[in-house]
Amino acid sequence: MSVRRLHPEQPESFSFTGENAAYLQKVIARYPEGRQASAVIPALMVAQSQEGWISQPAIEAVAKLLDMPDIRVLEVATFYTQFQLSPVGRKAHIQVCGTTPCRLRGADELITICKNRLAAHPFDLSSDGDFSWEEVECAGACVNAPMVTVGKDTYEDLTTETFNALIDGLASGNPPTPGPQSDRFFSAPSNGDTSLTDPTLFDGSVIGKYRAFDREELAPPAAPALAAAAPAAAAKPAAEKPIPKVAETQGLADSEKVPEQHKPSLLEAARDGKPDDLKLIAGVGPKLEEMLHKLGIYHFDQIAGWNEMNIQWVDQHLGSFRGRALRDKWIEQSGKLATGWRPSKDGAKPV
Amino acid sequence: MLQDKDRIFTNIYGRHDWGLQGALKRGQWDGTKEILAKGRDFIIKEIQASGLRGRGGAGFPTGLKWSFMPKQSDGRPHYLVVNADESEPGTCKDREILRHDPHTLVEGCLVAGFAMGAHAAYIYVRGEFIRERERLQAAVDQAYDAGLLGKNACGSGWDMDVFVHHGAGAYICGEETALLESLEGKKGQPRMKPPFPANVGLYGCPTTVNNVESIAVAPTIMRRGAAWFSSFGRDNNKGTKLFMISGHVNTPCVVEEELGIPFKDLIEKHAGGVRGGWDNLLAVIPGGASCPVVRADQIMDAQMDFDGMRAIGSSFGTGGLIVMDKSTDVIAAIARISYFFRHESCGQCTPCREGTGWMWRVMERMRHRGAD
Repeated sequence: MSVRRLHPEQPESFSFTGENAAYLQKVIARYPEGRQASAVIPALMVAQSQEGWISQPAIEAVAKLLDMPDIRVLEVATFYTQFQLSPVGRKAHIQVCGTTPCRLRGADELITICKNRLAAHPFDLSSDGDFSWEEVECAGACVNAPMVTVGKDTYEDLTTETFNALIDGLASGNPPTPGPQSDRFFSAPSNGDTSLTDPTLFDGSVIGKYRAFDREELAPPAAPALAAAAPAAAAKPAAEKPIPKVAETQGLADSEKVPEQHKPSLLEAARDGKPDDLKLIAGVGPKLEEMLHKLGIYHFDQIAGWNEMNIQWVDQHLGSFRGRALRDKWIEQSGKLATGWRPSKDGAKPV
Repeated sequence: MLQDKDRIFTNIYGRHDWGLQGALKRGQWDGTKEILAKGRDFIIKEIQASGLRGRGGAGFPTGLKWSFMPKQSDGRPHYLVVNADESEPGTCKDREILRHDPHTLVEGCLVAGFAMGAHAAYIYVRGEFIRERERLQAAVDQAYDAGLLGKNACGSGWDMDVFVHHGAGAYICGEETALLESLEGKKGQPRMKPPFPANVGLYGCPTTVNNVESIAVAPTIMRRGAAWFSSFGRDNNKGTKLFMISGHVNTPCVVEEELGIPFKDLIEKHAGGVRGGWDNLLAVIPGGASCPVVRADQIMDAQMDFDGMRAIGSSFGTGGLIVMDKSTDVIAAIARISYFFRHESCGQCTPCREGTGWMWRVMERMRHRGAD
């Protein structure tokens, strides 16, 4: 841990500017009633951006604003190392990342430049008072090492030349554009992208493409493996089936209902008591299969023989699964399944 | 090799519009309302089935963590807290999500918050990520303006607020209970466990703390399915992952790849190989500075995932690889990491407060050849 103390020379007073005070009211509103202490770090950070460093009057002002004891705010100000407890350079306080990933790519040379050009020791002011510097712990831009932070901005992929140019730019009030100081694009590889080059990712064609959640329940990924065992288990006593049992067309206006003339041919029971495993149709699970059985649909060839109106009639009798039959192309799927084709274990779908 | 169509973070380099319009075009916020309509249990089961393990370093199964939240509220609100206090040396993936693909995270907050019964999420961004925080806040504001957050978020009937909070430069706040202390306005010193945050977390309420990447991948997993996500990687190490390759490689970068990709392929394909050729590789720290260093001959054929790194005596951490070639004084490199931990110890417990200082002093003596 680092031991940090307040500066020996403190200003008389501190008060937030009107704009900052208004902003902090918005910040305080993010936290529940009575939890305004949560805003202590944002409030101290605003104080620091206003004055350049954190003074004792600023700590007391924050304590008053948030209704906290002074000592609690002092604890926070001394604990978190981003708070500067003494005045920093007027034009810039340069924070050089010195942790191993940046060291490996030349951070020590940047620190030597700081020592030679700015001040011999971290946190000391340069002779003209314009600059100060410190070595900070990892600033989280390791693939763009070495890097420095100045104010809100980071300057990355530095060399001794570009770092010297940055100091010159800050001195003349004309700093370079933040980000990588080489010709590299953010964190991409410098010699051309090795990923994300497929234009179809960006042309809008993925919208609506993926609907894996749109199914009746969680099916294990290897569902087709169950296929062989299923039909026997699904066979049911044949005779007890009035047709059709499920008629959930409530909530539909009469004009929307598909007329009964489009009802496809339905069976009392499965032929020979052996229904096909309708769960092989992608999108059909045990619940939906049971519904189809109740309607009198047991075989792939039944479904494969429907026309467009037939499938719409069936669709209206599927309750909360409405829309599924058309969207999942049951007719096409069943046509393929009726030929004896079966999904492979890698999950290939019929259509 | 992972194909582009299976990458979750499609704007990680910021070459396209980070804003809502760009995000929508890349397929984010697509069907979010319908996902929520499937219900809490469905979402948690799906995330569990996907095999997603936390992306913050410890690798705890994300769906299981969500399931620890109480099913019924006892009157206390539930909170989702997103850990964006990315401070582990070698790790810089969340930064790219925050500044270039922020809507993946904002949408993830809604999906995850809903799944754990939380109406509020706090995103704790490390203090140094100032521009990243501004970008994230802008994305959150866009989502509110479009009705994707707030009352009846996305038209789902669920109220969801997302707040951006920040720290001020303390590595320890990446530890979840220290983060909660910090979020409550205190010094970031970890709490005793139990009670765990799922029972007593933020403001004494049930809370789940997740890494940025873990939350940001959730909506895509829901859209494309657990089966899709778990088709990458081997058992116990499923899915895709952002890798960060720093140090002595020719082209350092952040890249999303399949878990379990061999080390050599990863470096060769995306980082342009080791500086000076493969014979020049000395050692690698595979998952951020707190993971043990691995010799070149051990890691060359290793699979980059949780079990692969454990098999060679290290750990996978966050997937931040620090590559060192033969010009490296490896003792100096480790000494600098020791200094980091000495500096970042929160000072609460004696073994760490005093011990990290001793670690550093011992390493410095070795470095100057002063050890007997």
